[in-house]
Amino acid sequence: MGNKQTTFTEEQLEAYQDCTFFTRKEILRLHARYRELAPHLVPLDYTNNPDIKVPMTLIVTMPELKENPFRERIVETFSEDGQGNLSFSDFIDMFSALCEASPRELKTIYAFKIYDFNRDNFICKEDLEKTLNKLTKGELTPEEVTLVCDKAIEEADLDGDNKLSFADFENMISKAPDFLRYRHLFCYVFIF
Amino acid sequence: KKPASDDDDDEDDEEEDEAPRGRRGANRKKLAKKRGGNDDEDESEDEPPKRKRGGAANKKKGGKAQDSDEEDSDVGKGKKGKKGGGKKGKKEEEEEETKGKKGDGKGKGKGKGKDDDKDKKKKKKKGDSSSDSNSNSSEEEESMSEGEMARLMEEVEEKKKLIANIRNKPWRMQRRLKLLKEAQEFVDKFEGALGKGKGRKWYAYKVMMTKVLMGLPYGSIPRKTVPRAEQDTAQDYSVLMDFNVSLAQNELFSFSFFFACPIWFFSRQNCCLKTNKDTQWIYFARWIITGYCKYSVLFYGYYNDQRTVGVLKFRLPLSYLMVGIGTFGYSLMLVIRTMAKNADVGGGDGEDSDFTFAWKMFTSWDYLIGNAETADNKYASITTSFKESIVDEQENQKDENIHLRRFLRVLANFLITCSLGGSGYLIYFVVKRSQEFATRDDLSWYEKNEMEIVMSLLGLVCPPLFETIAELEDYHPRIALKWQLGRIFALFLGNLYTFLFALFDEVNTKLEEEQSIKNASIWAMKEYYANYSRLMNDSEATPPPMDPADVIRGPCWETAVGIEFVKLTVSDIQVSYLTILIGDFARAVIVRFLNYCWCWDLEAGFPSYGEFDISGNVLGLVFNQGMIWMGAFYAPGLVGINVLRLLSSMYYQCWAVMATNVPHERVFKASKSNNFYMGLLLLVLFLSLLPVVYTIMTLPPSFDCGPFSGKDKMFDIIMETIDLDLPAFMGTLFSYAANPGLIIPAVLLMVLAIYYLNSVSEAYQNSNMELKKKMKMARDEEKNRRNNADTTNQVMKDLEDLLPNRSLIPPAPPEPEKPPEQEPKPKPTKTKPGTAGKGVNLQKDVALASSNPNARGPVSRPPGPRGPGPGPGAGPGRGRGRGPPPR
Repeated sequence: MGNKQTTFTEEQLEAYQDCTFFTRKEILRLHARYRELAPHLVPLDYTNNPDIKVPMTLIVTMPELKENPFRERIVETFSEDGQGNLSFSDFIDMFSALCEASPRELKTIYAFKIYDFNRDNFICKEDLEKTLNKLTKGELTPEEVTLVCDKAIEEADLDGDNKLSFADFENMISKAPDFLRYRHLFCYVFIF
Repeated sequence: KKPASDDDDDEDDEEEDEAPRGRRGANRKKLAKKRGGNDDEDESEDEPPKRKRGGAANKKKGGKAQDSDEEDSDVGKGKKGKKGGGKKGKKEEEEEETKGKKGDGKGKGKGKGKDDDKDKKKKKKKGDSSSDSNSNSSEEEESMSEGEMARLMEEVEEKKKLIANIRNKPWRMQRRLKLLKEAQEFVDKFEGALGKGKGRKWYAYKVMMTKVLMGLPYGSIPRKTVPRAEQDTAQDYSVLMDFNVSLAQNELFSFSFFFACPIWFFSRQNCCLKTNKDTQWIYFARWIITGYCKYSVLFYGYYNDQRTVGVLKFRLPLSYLMVGIGTFGYSLMLVIRTMAKNADVGGGDGEDSDFTFAWKMFTSWDYLIGNAETADNKYASITTSFKESIVDEQENQKDENIHLRRFLRVLANFLITCSLGGSGYLIYFVVKRSQEFATRDDLSWYEKNEMEIVMSLLGLVCPPLFETIAELEDYHPRIALKWQLGRIFALFLGNLYTFLFALFDEVNTKLEEEQSIKNASIWAMKEYYANYSRLMNDSEATPPPMDPADVIRGPCWETAVGIEFVKLTVSDIQVSYLTILIGDFARAVIVRFLNYCWCWDLEAGFPSYGEFDISGNVLGLVFNQGMIWMGAFYAPGLVGINVLRLLSSMYYQCWAVMATNVPHERVFKASKSNNFYMGLLLLVLFLSLLPVVYTIMTLPPSFDCGPFSGKDKMFDIIMETIDLDLPAFMGTLFSYAANPGLIIPAVLLMVLAIYYLNSVSEAYQNSNMELKKKMKMARDEEKNRRNNADTTNQVMKDLEDLLPNRSLIPPAPPEPEKPPEQEPKPKPTKTKPGTAGKGVNLQKDVALASSNPNARGPVSRPPGPRGPGPGPGAGPGRGRGRGPPPR
């Protein structure tokens, strides 16, 4: 990351700084990490905004993500094509949303998107079951899964449509105790 | 929809055909945006007349603006949640809303967040429109009117706001970048033109400043890289540990400040250090304590009864008593204050049971985990926590053979009581025996240390035994944990008290012994002086020619008690360290390395790795603290030992936990706010206060050692100070204050105050409950209201059934029927779009509609397609809030 000018132009850096929670250094560092994933694919020179995407299979090997049960879902959510291929913009977008500095409201929105597996803008029972199975590695019996999902919906659903809208989700998260919210909803520490 | 709205009057026309466009724009954002820009142009031209008309309508009847507002929020509602799709619709809605605000100030009741959302939409649109119109706006600039100027300035401000927090928007990066560019261009262009800012430089400066302000705190937050898997489990422990360490440090500070230091500084060295070094003690600690440190600063006996020390006339005995008592007072205050603070915190979010499962589902993963092993542990702990919740849930319903369980519980309690009694007796027996041993010299190592060994063993064996017995009871784990803690606590306390009573026996024998020595030495002294004066024949008394260390001294029971406590503490430290070393470390080593050549899987199977025993360790801390409190008066140095112990054991245990322990399978905190443990601590404090105060008040201090020697009672020192050092009127003042006539009313007053405060807190609790109930009711109601009326609210449903069923009426009067579908909205709009209780307002709505039929245009079309049929036009009106929105 030594030579700044060749990777990004000044304007690009300014723009990225305005659009993310990162400093110039962190952006360059992120680019280096991005490039590490696929050195043959990603050029060093980004001044002309090349349209290059790194596939999900490579992204999820990052140490920040590789143990996360929702890693595929996270990557999918932040990819513009919905398939999990991330351009550098998507990549930096993802880490900006996941980083410590991003506000809770933003995190809540993205969390909702991530837990919404089938992308219908509602967290329905199906999504909950998937979430639960990922969280417990399928250790629970189907009856237990159904019970838990029913209870969760019953608790958080305000409008009685048997699925969680964003309003329900937001309401539920906003009432969670702080330590759960900040530490466990979304928060990454970079191994810079 | 289109054909349907075509024949509406022209006012509705615009909005109605923009709405579907918005809906269409779901997938074609770019296109929609462009069109949005164009629409905006059109609209802004139309705006003034429309507003006027809206206002007129308001004056007349109640809401053209409202009406249109409602219409759009309706559309928006239909697509609510569809983020991309709803954009255009929301834009429209928002536009209408601002109009509505200007018109009659309605529509303000929307949520703040939503407003925010809309604002940015608006900004975006305006940005588009301006970028579209940039080409021709340049020549128009010169001829800008005042109003346009103001509008432009507003826009620039908005743009700036957008630039400042574009990073908080949930948009794709590409879009963000694009909008940012546009916004910056816009600001650059118009800021200079308006003459407000100083163009780009000033703006850049401002951005930089905000960035500095915003960026610094984020950058300076130290990033935490500690693995957090253990954190939950050890939370109770660490909190209490912190508390105890700080407490101990404070105590050490006070003790050393108030008497150790003055003595070191001012007094001449006590000359009693004569140790019997020839005796070979095997037990190191015992040798250290009884042999070497007996007359050190560690113990009561070190301090002498000089009334004042040094040039500053430091009154040592008085300060000794005051600090001894004051420590208790300080500890009490600290514990109580911490408990009160905890209660505050705990009471803050009382509605914890509302979202148990939902929270577990969405917030249990720790996103910092990057290590495979930690991740596996986390999976396991999440699974168990879910299972626990399930068990909780099932516990509520099931009831089994209640008699069997009752019997088992009684049996378990019986067994535990037996073992408690047994252990108490064992200790009593051992202490008695040790007194016997004390008179003999030919003791084996075991016999010398029997008492400490037995007590430590009991502390080691009993808790697991209790746990095994508790299996019989089959309580819910959290309750079981509390029982377990209570029992271990009872065990420790029983042991401590047995030990104390045995100690009192010893003290009494010591007192008798002392009395005889005192008499003997007084007699010897008298004899010596008598002989001296008889032989030398002069009356001036020189002290006997004897090394002061060789004088036969009394047994000094205070020091003996202090020694017992120090011995107990030291052996406790040793046992706990050895337990960790053997029980955890050796076990972990064996399991890890023998696993390669063993017939079954040691790691997963029987021995496994140790778990950090939270309850045991916490109770150990509490118990230890109690011992310190008890012993501190007789062995001030104990506090220092305690500080060392706590600090070292903190790091030692930290290492042990990190290196050898696995996280708990199940984590149950005994209490949410740690007040359970604090309560135990308070109880221990009180119980350890009792014997100390008892001894201070009743037993006579030793005659030849300690700061109170020569006094009948320890508290005589206070009387003496009052008499000798304070002015006379203070003495009378104190004597008045000590009058029962004053004390009894004071106590009475305090009791009354307690009673009053108690009742006040009860009242608060009641009102709290009431409020909670109300909140729950409100929530239910909201649920019902948002929900389909069919399923939840039977009464409403019945009411609705009683109304004429319009869906069955043939579409004969088409126009009067249309309004009821659109008009129910104005009322509920004020609170929330889409929460309309339809059934309730229906009558009024019909009335409203019929009172103003001419607001609608004349019928110009056969009514055929507008009936109750599935026309899309009727959809959003009737089916609102029912079922999923169109995808």
